[in-house]
Amino acid sequence: MNPLLKVENISKYYGSRLGCKDVNFDLYPGEVLGIVGESGSGKSTLLNCLAGHQEPDTGKVVFDTRADGPKDTVTMSEPERRMLSRTDWAFVHQNPRDGLRMGVSAGGNVGERLMAVGARHYGDIRGTAVDWLDKVEIAEDRTDDRPSEFSGGMQQRLQIARNLVTGPRLIFMDEPTGGLDVSVQARLLDLLRGLVRELGLSAIVVTHDLAVVRLLADRLMVMKDGRVIETGLTDQVLDDPQHGYTQLLVSSVLQV
Amino acid sequence: MSTEYNFAYLDEQTKRMIRRALLKGVAIPGYQVPFASREMPMPYGWGTGGVQVTAACLKPDDTLKVIDQGADDTTNAVSIRKFFEKTAAVAVSEKTEESTVIQTRHRIPEQDLTEDQILVYQVPIPEPLRFLEPRETETRKMHALEEYGLMHVKLYEDIARHGRIATSYAYPVKVEGRYVMDPSPIPKFDNPKMEMAALQLFGAGREQRIYAVPPYTKVVSLDFEDHPFEKGGAPQACGLCDAHDAYLDEVIMDDAGTRMFVCSDTDYCRMRREAGHIGEMGVPLAEDAA
Amino acid sequence: MYVAVKGGEKAIDNAHAWLGEMRRGDTEVAELTVAQIRNQMALAVDRVMAEGSLFDPDLAALAIKQSRGDLIEAIFLIRAYRTTLPRFGASAPIKTENMACMRRISATFKDAPGGQVLGPTFDYTHRLLDFKLAAEGGVETAPKSEADTDEFKPHITSFLNQEGLIQQEPTSDARPSDLTREPMELPASRALRLQALARGDEGFLLGMGYSTQRGYGRNHAFVGELRIGDVAVELDIPELGFAIEIADIEVSECETVNQFAGSKTEPPQFTRGYGLVFGQSERKAISMALVDRALRWKELGEDNPGTPAQDEEFVLYHCDNIQATGFVEHIKLPHYVDFQAELELVRTLRKEATEANAAKEAAQ
Repeated sequence: MNPLLKVENISKYYGSRLGCKDVNFDLYPGEVLGIVGESGSGKSTLLNCLAGHQEPDTGKVVFDTRADGPKDTVTMSEPERRMLSRTDWAFVHQNPRDGLRMGVSAGGNVGERLMAVGARHYGDIRGTAVDWLDKVEIAEDRTDDRPSEFSGGMQQRLQIARNLVTGPRLIFMDEPTGGLDVSVQARLLDLLRGLVRELGLSAIVVTHDLAVVRLLADRLMVMKDGRVIETGLTDQVLDDPQHGYTQLLVSSVLQV
Repeated sequence: MSTEYNFAYLDEQTKRMIRRALLKGVAIPGYQVPFASREMPMPYGWGTGGVQVTAACLKPDDTLKVIDQGADDTTNAVSIRKFFEKTAAVAVSEKTEESTVIQTRHRIPEQDLTEDQILVYQVPIPEPLRFLEPRETETRKMHALEEYGLMHVKLYEDIARHGRIATSYAYPVKVEGRYVMDPSPIPKFDNPKMEMAALQLFGAGREQRIYAVPPYTKVVSLDFEDHPFEKGGAPQACGLCDAHDAYLDEVIMDDAGTRMFVCSDTDYCRMRREAGHIGEMGVPLAEDAA
Repeated sequence: MYVAVKGGEKAIDNAHAWLGEMRRGDTEVAELTVAQIRNQMALAVDRVMAEGSLFDPDLAALAIKQSRGDLIEAIFLIRAYRTTLPRFGASAPIKTENMACMRRISATFKDAPGGQVLGPTFDYTHRLLDFKLAAEGGVETAPKSEADTDEFKPHITSFLNQEGLIQQEPTSDARPSDLTREPMELPASRALRLQALARGDEGFLLGMGYSTQRGYGRNHAFVGELRIGDVAVELDIPELGFAIEIADIEVSECETVNQFAGSKTEPPQFTRGYGLVFGQSERKAISMALVDRALRWKELGEDNPGTPAQDEEFVLYHCDNIQATGFVEHIKLPHYVDFQAELELVRTLRKEATEANAAKEAAQ
């Protein structure tokens, strides 16, 4: 089986400050990779480089495209990359405000990607939107409400529906449960886990919360000061951490 | 004719530059061509783009008609017509059928135009995506990549909220299946007329853009399959000439708020009245003149 | 009976005649001469020249007279005239280091070769109305300095340059594009940005510059130097094979010295913002330098949290007062066709909403 995403030697600097350095990994179809580390460890920079939001200074991000097979998304043309990011890719932001149009109704938010790829039947678009809202547990009678009237947890679920409606194969998530109450987090994680399994999605989840990766991720990558210091199966890394920093990270959480 | 300035005010070099932009516009229908708009002796917003395009098109044997809101006698139409009478000494006319170049603001004449005519539009904001995305750098990219999903989100929201598309003028169109274009602030009633025999040229002076729709080009108003475009229009007939197929202005007649509906296209109305049509509140043309 | 409104032409002619009468005002009062405006309203003349992008004090004074003192209208007159002028050529860059300074101050060094020259400034006047001016002005004379006013005054930043403390600006002989002859395309070069700012609205730049100081894109500026005076304009004459002086013009120049933290390739050093304006307008020169520096964030690898003054597209598309005034004011032109379309739409939507509500109530 070909990897869905092949990441080679990604480095990114901000001026003289290091963002991330020499990151390498493969992601296979259906696999969920967790990237953990404290803030400033470079995990968000890495995610933005992978998703095409930032240009890395070195390295390749090779995605197995439907049409042409493996292609480096760093050097591919902007139209191709933008097309990918509204069809095969999805990006769930930590702050739903960054991933939603706050002035557009929930239905319009979900429908946008459909319209972007050519859907032109209002009734069908709305029907699909209502289906997806239902999947993320948003009632049909909220379809015409704007996200600004939603709670934080609902906004995040709406963002997920908006992203998944075009059936992407790879989903990037940046602290998807950050800023939510613990009970709301649990419900969202449950929902995400169900969707990922049901749709066979591949995902890269960046978080500082080990509980999130324990629930969602098959594999784990630990970052510190812009570098990857440990990788492995999630259970293996969490139960038997090798690197001193990982040990610290795990012990400080699990003791709670 | 004033000899202090070149024919039609602009120097030949400038006219050549504008014609090149026009040719490019004709070659890529609906595409906004940047051009080095000159500072005209009238304010931006008064039709400097249209005036420059007209200046670049005029020949000494042309007959020019200028309308604003459909009428030949609105102050700005009078002012622009006077400008070209002074600087180009071309013949002017209020009659649509005898004009070769028609400069317009906000209307398309009711009468069908012919292959021998040019319709020049004054355009305030040429970018149909501007009110969805204010950045020029971003909208140019959206056009280049044909990313028009956002435009439909706006229409979707209209239907979700109002049950219908709530855009009544400057209604966006797709030209020849490629570029989404702002038809200038004409009422959507005029949109279907844009598939016409005449050459349509659009000039936006302040925004430094020119675009064009060549004769017989396909111009489709954006809509949904299950919410098709409707041109609308008042249910009344013109009070003066009884036209049922024309775009009407609403005029307040007295303190009690009595309304009268009359053709916005003054030449069309005159023509019908000359042909003997009389509306509910009208009188035969001869009596009006007296 | 309704008769369509006619007579636009006559109304326009009469309006123009009335305007002329208003411009002259009370004929008992002596008419203002262009020379008086040029001499006694010199700072207004300077502003019209700067934003009209044409150095001609007599024409600027005439424009002020014709526009009844509305400076944006006067700038408009100058711009419209300027467009029709043939281009003979482009002058060599003016050498502001050779300026015959009437004013030259630095906020960064207490003293420097050439000295501080206060010049004719409002800075330390007490803003008390001088009622003597309301009667007869009288003639004021200023004492003449013994010092040599033509003494060469090097740019203050050249001293920082010697130590390598300030970023060197690349010199180039490339002819900058002319934004009155070519459409502006973004991103714009610094030369083009400066061109747009130099003819931009003083008030707009003042507000933008001020916003950077209050934290919207702060760039820690010191006025390294502000100088006002005459400089020679030289033009290459191909037939002669060398440049000759064709005029002296008065300009205000401001160089700010700004902090810069350094980047991937550069150690920390000072950078500059630059402002140059026709005539005496240090308010605009300083504002321009602040905005210029704010717009350089990308080139210097700085953050842009989305502040207005750092936003090239926002600043360049909105700084021109002739464009702005035209578009803002054009909404007073007839829009009744569009309004009619909106009227019909609102009536339809209201009717539908009322019917829907009625149906709902009936069902209950």
